[in-house]
Amino acid sequence: MNIHEYQAKAIFQKFGLRIPPGKVFDQNTLSLDQIRSIGPKRFAVKAQVHAGGRGKAGGIKIVETAEEAFQAAKSMLGTTLVTYQTAGAAKPIDHVLIETTSQIAHELYLAIALDREAALPCVIGSRAGGVDIETVARETPEEVIKFHFDPDWEFTPKLFEPVVSKLKKALKDLEERAADLALIISKLGKLFVAMDASLVEVNPLGLMADGSLLPIDAKITFDDNGLFRHPELLDLHDPRQEDPREVEAKTYDLSYVGLDGNIGCMVNGAGLAMATMDIIKLNGGEPANFLDVGGGASKEKVAAAFKIILKDPRVKAILVNIFGGIMRCDVIAEGILAALEEIDLQVPLVVRLEGTNVEEGKAILAKSKVKLIAADSFADAAVKVVGLAS
Amino acid sequence: MAILVDENTKVIVQGITGSHGSFHTKQMLEYGTKIVGGVTPGKGGTVFEGVPVFDTMKEAVAKTGANTSILYVPAKFAREAILEAIESRIQLIVCITEGIPTLDMVRVRKVLEEKGVRLIGPNCPGIITPGASKVGIMPGYIHKRGRVGVISRSGTLTYEAVWQMTSRGLGQSTVVGIGGDPVLGTSFVDCLELFEKDSETEAVVMIGEIGGNAEENAAEFIEKKVRKPVIAFIAGLTAPSGKRMGHAGAIISGGSGTAPEKIKALRRVGVTVVESPAEIGEAVKKISYKKLRKVT
Repeated sequence: MNIHEYQAKAIFQKFGLRIPPGKVFDQNTLSLDQIRSIGPKRFAVKAQVHAGGRGKAGGIKIVETAEEAFQAAKSMLGTTLVTYQTAGAAKPIDHVLIETTSQIAHELYLAIALDREAALPCVIGSRAGGVDIETVARETPEEVIKFHFDPDWEFTPKLFEPVVSKLKKALKDLEERAADLALIISKLGKLFVAMDASLVEVNPLGLMADGSLLPIDAKITFDDNGLFRHPELLDLHDPRQEDPREVEAKTYDLSYVGLDGNIGCMVNGAGLAMATMDIIKLNGGEPANFLDVGGGASKEKVAAAFKIILKDPRVKAILVNIFGGIMRCDVIAEGILAALEEIDLQVPLVVRLEGTNVEEGKAILAKSKVKLIAADSFADAAVKVVGLAS
Repeated sequence: MAILVDENTKVIVQGITGSHGSFHTKQMLEYGTKIVGGVTPGKGGTVFEGVPVFDTMKEAVAKTGANTSILYVPAKFAREAILEAIESRIQLIVCITEGIPTLDMVRVRKVLEEKGVRLIGPNCPGIITPGASKVGIMPGYIHKRGRVGVISRSGTLTYEAVWQMTSRGLGQSTVVGIGGDPVLGTSFVDCLELFEKDSETEAVVMIGEIGGNAEENAAEFIEKKVRKPVIAFIAGLTAPSGKRMGHAGAIISGGSGTAPEKIKALRRVGVTVVESPAEIGEAVKKISYKKLRKVT
């Protein structure tokens, strides 16, 4: 689960980190007086959307006066933002964060993420902050410092001494701030473990002109599987930042990801669902979505899945690809028929069933009056649905 | 011979009386798996489908001599259940449970390494050695005993691949679902090592997917240590970056973990990578089993 910058900064503060003075506003609460109460001059007005690359996309404005900040915020609120990270989607700007800003002498990068290979959390630091860290890692890997730690260690500043000393070597100006930097890393480490985060990122961490260190941006991604331990975090969820179809799918316990193509897919199992998208593409088609109905696909779930797929007006054909394991094909077939009774299907439907009770399943579909195209194999299904969609 | 499980595997089901645990216990018994006990705290002393139920793993292992456990315990309690299994001195733990917090698995991995216990999963379909033992949730009948080892990060896609093989008369030595989470107990490399040593296995099918670099690591290992032919498919060629495709592990981040990168790494070391998931069976049919690869 992703949260907004202002929410992440509030959590930073709870863990004892200093953040820039600021306030968050929506269209109803935006007020010049409140902006004036943040500071006398020089403000950063930051659109709160779940995506990086806001600066380049016009989502961050640096202004001198409170009046200018007010105008900048007013022109952002209620609009949308597209950045290179939103994959073409426009994210609504419902909130802006207005902060005072001062001269940054140097921008550092600091993050804590899980290293899958080592199966340990890892501090990632670089003197090259403020830019896309993936580019830095690719082009100048020597600029990226990594340090693994055990979640059960005690997070003293001393623990992170190895990262601090390497960053110090990379950037001489940090020498006087080493103790402060170690403390910041230890607090971020504590946050990462205590909150079941999968990413805590500060990009940039500003080495300010006055010599202090200040998180200019803040990002936290939580491990969805750990949310049951932190029910209070669910209040931070902002469904308006997500594809509404994905949000709706979640309420039915379906896993859906919208794509750009015109072939709707309904599959059981994530791996098979990805493979189904791939085979469509290999045959010259474009999948409209990833949709995993899961292992226990009930009639209700199948019906909900059809409805979500059909909400996408680009869908010109649908492929249902089910490998019945524990889930029997006859149950799936009945589910499809029941779902089709509820909805008015205007596009061709290709169904491929395989696995447990496949003959019974096929017989049920063959007997019904529903118009559908049966496919004999995975390959056959792909060829048929691509032909129908084009 | 096969790997990990065989006729002598004696299994304890952790969470035997839950809805998943009870259903799959029946299925495994029907397949012929030797289930010698179950564990559900508070239900010790009862019997389920002829299988004695115990309160703790320690007691279950002591009384039955089991060497393997399979977990259907809910995600909230999975970490404690795995740690209990490790303490009970069982050799192999198969964790079916999905949705376990990543940091719980980080902590479990540490103990596994300290105690030298093998864990398969979590979030996996389990392991099957056709005709001998099924320790998992896969449909048994799609399998046929033979000479191809299968390792996979997914569930139904594995069934698809296995079925393509079985319907062409190609059997499997053992099929291992290693799971779809970011932190796993057992990797492709671990399984490749076991299959390379196994006399019954003559070729290996690897089914990977986007995210992480397990496939790249496997390629490195294959180059150095695997002489048996390897056939691979990588799911997620069309997946967009930054989106999680169902499995917690299947996400492309920062241009790494993409399908083309994985395919390139595998092809470089001589692995036959099929582009279409419908061609896995045919590709296995075409390889020459006896021609061993050169290793560095």
